[in-house]
Amino acid sequence: MTAYVFRRLGLLLVSLLVAAVVIFVLLRMLPGDPANALVAVGATKEQIAAARHAVGSDQPLPAQFVTWIGQLARLDLGTSFVSGLPVGPQLVQRLVVTVPLTLLGFVLAVLIAAPVGFVAARFSRSAVGIVFSAASQLGVAVPVFWVGILLVWGFALHWHLLPAGGFPQEDWSAPGQALRSLTLPVITIAIVMSSSVARYVRAGCIEILGSDFIRTFRALGSSFGSAMLRHGMKSVAVPVISVLGIELATTFLGAVVIENVFALPGLGSLLVTGIAQHDYPTIQGVLLLTTLIVLIVGFLADLTQRLIDPRLRGAHR
Amino acid sequence: MRKRIALASIAALAGAALLAGCSSSGSSSSGSSTGGYDKNATIQIGSIYEPQNLDNTAGGGQGVTEALNGNVYEGLFKLGDDGKVTPLLATSYTTSSDGLTYTFKLRKGVTFHSGNELTSQDVKYSLEKVLAPNSQSARKSDLEVVKSVATPDDDTVEITLSQRSISFVYELSYVWIIDHTATDLKTSEDGTGPYKLASWKQGSALTLTRFADYWGTPATNQQVVFDYYKDATAENNALLSGQLDLVTGEQSPDALSQFTGNSSYKVNNGNSTTKLLLAFNDKAKPFDNTAVRVAITEAIDRPALLKSIWGHYGKVTGSMVPPTDPWYEDLSSVYPYDPTKAKKALADAGYPNGFSFTLDTPNYDPHPAAAQFIKEQLSKIGVTVKINTITPDQWYTKVYQNHDFTATMQEHVNDRDVEWYGNPDFYWGYDNPKVTQLINDAEQSSTTAQQTEKLKQANEQIVKDAASDWLYLYPQIVVAKKTVTGYPVNGLNSQFYAYDIKKQA
Repeated sequence: MTAYVFRRLGLLLVSLLVAAVVIFVLLRMLPGDPANALVAVGATKEQIAAARHAVGSDQPLPAQFVTWIGQLARLDLGTSFVSGLPVGPQLVQRLVVTVPLTLLGFVLAVLIAAPVGFVAARFSRSAVGIVFSAASQLGVAVPVFWVGILLVWGFALHWHLLPAGGFPQEDWSAPGQALRSLTLPVITIAIVMSSSVARYVRAGCIEILGSDFIRTFRALGSSFGSAMLRHGMKSVAVPVISVLGIELATTFLGAVVIENVFALPGLGSLLVTGIAQHDYPTIQGVLLLTTLIVLIVGFLADLTQRLIDPRLRGAHR
Repeated sequence: MRKRIALASIAALAGAALLAGCSSSGSSSSGSSTGGYDKNATIQIGSIYEPQNLDNTAGGGQGVTEALNGNVYEGLFKLGDDGKVTPLLATSYTTSSDGLTYTFKLRKGVTFHSGNELTSQDVKYSLEKVLAPNSQSARKSDLEVVKSVATPDDDTVEITLSQRSISFVYELSYVWIIDHTATDLKTSEDGTGPYKLASWKQGSALTLTRFADYWGTPATNQQVVFDYYKDATAENNALLSGQLDLVTGEQSPDALSQFTGNSSYKVNNGNSTTKLLLAFNDKAKPFDNTAVRVAITEAIDRPALLKSIWGHYGKVTGSMVPPTDPWYEDLSSVYPYDPTKAKKALADAGYPNGFSFTLDTPNYDPHPAAAQFIKEQLSKIGVTVKINTITPDQWYTKVYQNHDFTATMQEHVNDRDVEWYGNPDFYWGYDNPKVTQLINDAEQSSTTAQQTEKLKQANEQIVKDAASDWLYLYPQIVVAKKTVTGYPVNGLNSQFYAYDIKKQA
């Protein structure tokens, strides 16, 4: 197991390095000049040249790459071309919004999806099961921003219960306000995410409920509940965890849509602004960080599966 | 007409899409306050223009002007909401008889937010910062007439010009006076304004607090927070839910119905200086031919275009000059909408069967919708428009720098920018020596009356030549809670003085 962990961590580092090169090359292949974000209509030729010099787009690509990798090696993500702010602290400032948003949404989604999926499976042929199933189908079909808009309209504009958007300037030093700001976005994420997770839980449960080993346990006198709790849950968990890993990564990456609807200063909005301005250091920072997070989530999902399922551990020994 | 569909459904959902009348005033300030106001109020201002950084000589963008100009930084002169220039940090000035030397007396007892006292050194530093080789100031080329800056004593600045420049004092209203010892101006400040910067949380908000040692009348509120939005719907929702006190510039009339029918809000219809242009490449076929440009101008129903995009807001002025410029004239009737005449003119110019051209269209509102409108209109005179959607970045490289286009659309935000038609190297390639001469002469004038007269003549000629098609002047729509008064309603160059805003106690 330890060897496996180290092997996976090594792979993670290599992946990150490859990602760094790909990000750099792809960004430079996109048409556009980052200097253009700094100039205004009326700019003279000298001003445009000065802007190009300021952002380094007058330098040859290999030189730009070496500078960046050199900074990375020192764990320095560089300075934004446009705002002049260091990228690292900017990322941290955005993570304090995006990470709680994604994680809270994720936890809430699992709390909703597990019982819903189970009930839908247990009563799959009755009206209750069909209703649950249909509801989750609907949740999968509805676009996430639409759910967000409906919630804003209801809870913020109509009933004035929660803010329509934004995040307190004090960040988490005003925890009450911060939580209020995140409530609607978290619910939005949870609704959409739980719908798809519930469908996997349902499918997994139906398979397990009909499986031989559950029948055997029942025959040996164990109650349905204890058979499911002691043995069934674990088996359902393995495929569901891979889905959860993917869902968590997707939600993290897809938070940009939610952040836009709720005007949250998260990682997604930083990326969108960065792309519009061709602010390479910012884009590179965000992409590298999200790559790292997605890799870590995948790693943790794998590890959890191995801890739950001894068969997976055996396979690689 | 394709309108902004995105999220406009909110309005439909609210079900209150009544187009009620809205207040219209061209005056410099909103209605008077009744009763007392809260001296310690925090004003929450919504805006979609976040500064890119806090330095207006380093590409801060229009957001930096909105938030900091006049609020945090002050110039020797101030450009009022009415377009008039008045002394601010300068108390008086004299001009030598040849018009080349300006001597400014500085206001006494002015301190920077750092506590340092304002001296002539700071003025010299600030002007040189604008003129520095790496300066991205939009006013750099206008101020390059400055030959030298002398500081005979702490309260006197003597500036010598290489040639007469009647608009020099006006240009100085754009030069922020910054403490010459300040550093990190992209992320911090040291100005003399009624507010100092409390915090800037990038991507979210910028907070200004009243400066206790301000030399002039203190601000009528304790704190101003500019809350930044990427999405106009989110911004409007924040105003509706009470998180914001006002929004600096509504970008779409669709959202306004939520406020015009609501007695808690006031919708102000002010003048902006932003023009929407259909800019021809006057050096490229077929638009190198004046007759063709005139025909295109006559074939586009500008009032109908404005109405389709802005409803009853905004104005068709028929030229580059907005009403707040001293040389403004309404020239919208020089080439009124007349497709029959246009079609005939096109035939006379050698295009009986029309022609086809590519219109480079920036990908953000209102350009795509306006381009579609133009395409439909021009098809009636046999001209085919191929709409090529481009990003702002591509626009700067392809159109602005390389002049590689036939026609394009662009919004031009500044006041007094008709002078660009006097530069034959500008992107649109308009080259009429008579106009260049008039614009240069205007700058050499010894009186503003003379300058105004010359620029009027120049503008009339530019319009006669149909150098571009000035489609319309944007409205400046500030929507505010009724409990808030004293905000500027005309968005000159997107500046937004916040120090007179009062909130009902």
